[in-house]
Amino acid sequence: MKKIYSFEDKCLGCKLCEVYCKTARSKSKNIIKANKEENIDSAIIVEKTNKDTHFALQCRHCTDAKCIKACISGAIFKDEIGIVRYDKEKCVSCLSCVLVCPFGAVRKSDFNSTVTKCDLCFSTGKPLCVSNCPNDAIKFLDEKEIDDRMEIVK
Amino acid sequence: MSLNFNTPLFEIIRDKNKCIQCKVCVRQCANEVHWYSSYENIVNSDNNKCVNCHRCVILCPTKAITIRKHRLEFRNNSNWTSNAIKEIQKQADTGGVLLSSMGNPNKLPIYWDKILLNASQVTNPSIDPLREPMETKVMIGRKPDKLKFNKQGDLITDMPPQIELNVPIMFSAMSYGSISKNAHEALARAATKLGICYNTGEGGLNKDFYKYGKNTIVQVASGRFGVYKDYLNAGVGIEIKIGQGAKPGIGGHLPGKKVGADVSVTRMIPIGSDAISPAPHHDIYSIEDLRQLIFALKETTNYSKPIFVKIAAVHNAAAIASGIVRAGADVVVVDGFRGGTGAAPTRVRDNVGIPIEFALASIDQRLREEGIRNSASLVISGSIRNSSDIVKAIALGADAVYIGSAALIAMGCHMCRSCSTGKCNWGIATQQYDLVKRLNPDIMYKRLVNLISAWNHEIQEMLGGMGINAVDSLRGNKLMLRGIDLNETELRILGIKYVGE
Repeated sequence: MKKIYSFEDKCLGCKLCEVYCKTARSKSKNIIKANKEENIDSAIIVEKTNKDTHFALQCRHCTDAKCIKACISGAIFKDEIGIVRYDKEKCVSCLSCVLVCPFGAVRKSDFNSTVTKCDLCFSTGKPLCVSNCPNDAIKFLDEKEIDDRMEIVK
Repeated sequence: MSLNFNTPLFEIIRDKNKCIQCKVCVRQCANEVHWYSSYENIVNSDNNKCVNCHRCVILCPTKAITIRKHRLEFRNNSNWTSNAIKEIQKQADTGGVLLSSMGNPNKLPIYWDKILLNASQVTNPSIDPLREPMETKVMIGRKPDKLKFNKQGDLITDMPPQIELNVPIMFSAMSYGSISKNAHEALARAATKLGICYNTGEGGLNKDFYKYGKNTIVQVASGRFGVYKDYLNAGVGIEIKIGQGAKPGIGGHLPGKKVGADVSVTRMIPIGSDAISPAPHHDIYSIEDLRQLIFALKETTNYSKPIFVKIAAVHNAAAIASGIVRAGADVVVVDGFRGGTGAAPTRVRDNVGIPIEFALASIDQRLREEGIRNSASLVISGSIRNSSDIVKAIALGADAVYIGSAALIAMGCHMCRSCSTGKCNWGIATQQYDLVKRLNPDIMYKRLVNLISAWNHEIQEMLGGMGINAVDSLRGNKLMLRGIDLNETELRILGIKYVGE
């Protein structure tokens, strides 16, 4: 299964991924409307460790996802491909998922009582954060591809 | 004192309907032009600081930003232009020498544009490079006066060392220090992929890049930074830099703030110390002295690498080039007055040196007259902008060209000519880690490969059109050129006929 991987040696901290994530998650799908008029949270968050190091964090879609186990209403579930998805309608806002996520990738919305997490843009299969990263710091890779990459790094 | 005569050169126009306050421009501008006001929830900008590098324009996700020439005008005056006035104000303010970056931007004739190429019609067939073989490979180095073969037809002459280039293009000398490590990596990887060479410049060679040695030309300049035995043997050729087109007769100065740990190790100088390249080589005051250095380098490398000598195109270039060939150089490199640089005194950059077209034609002619043209290859540089410039250069007598500015533009340079500030927003002319990161070698080496491949296709098309199937057959073939809008002296020096002749 393909997942989003971030590379901090390439990440500039420009936060364009956040802009495009909001667009992807909007109703209008219009970048200006999505960011100006619709109250949307970004599911990818650029973490800053110091002036020069940034890292774009998003859901890892764990094999044995703690958020699914913790969810008391069945709002978080794994779909047939393996994407950990979230159904806003079923959510009762207990925030258990936020508490158990080891990466801090499930976050409480800034605008309402739901939570926000990455769904890998499953409806299009092409995550907008990946295609709009100006420095190739975010990539959509197979687990095998990332293993090969790590081999090179070692 | 608050009196400051500086007025903005550019005006930033932000479309309020499009701006989404994402602050990407704020984060990306190293010149701190943009700033966000949380009180008003708008992004503002300070026109005074803008250098017009287009980083914010390109990265703005809603394309809300436009940069224009500032509308502020001085009263019209053809003599006291706004530029002339501003330069005086700047010097009155600082008391310093004016510094500029990249090549001479002044409105002086570009002779490439006044030379036209030939094509075959009826009497000789043109060649379609997509269907027929077309050779763009060139060999750089000294060629023997005679070739001898044994009875079996095998070559028995000892060939001097040659560098094989798949395309008659190399990336010119830009030192590690003046440009970033990532930029160097992109150039090195692109050169390797293309089967051409890049030049280290005078800042030594980073240990990480020794693996690209087969496509590297190492430079020895007046500062001798990072020069030692392994360095000289790391590449396939060695270039002695006497001068460069942007600043003939002037040395170099890399400010101490750009000499970080890595640059310091590579250049073999203390961290934070200014790297000053003297104007002359202090051991070269004559052709004989140059010969000593050439042969010292040949000895060090066991006569296995061609030695390049690079000079700026100056008034007496032909005689100097002749001396250089006689001193034992295998390749003469001539850099024209439009050549780029990280920083040069403005007056020198804009007023010293001659156009490369004339230097090339006169050097080629002189070497031919003296019967030593085969003793050295002739490489030219100094604002090669496209493939037709290259074809014209080869027809005027060049073996290959160096491109610098064009390669940087492929990697993102927008010619804002602010290299000397060290705050290159595109990660090229900077050593600041957060800016260097912006140049991703994985992306940029592909763009360089694309550029050279595209030019290679175009060169083949133009050669084919002339009915020529190899770069070698075009070299010095001035009958393929005609001049337009040139006077008789210009035509004579270039050695070409007028259109219609």
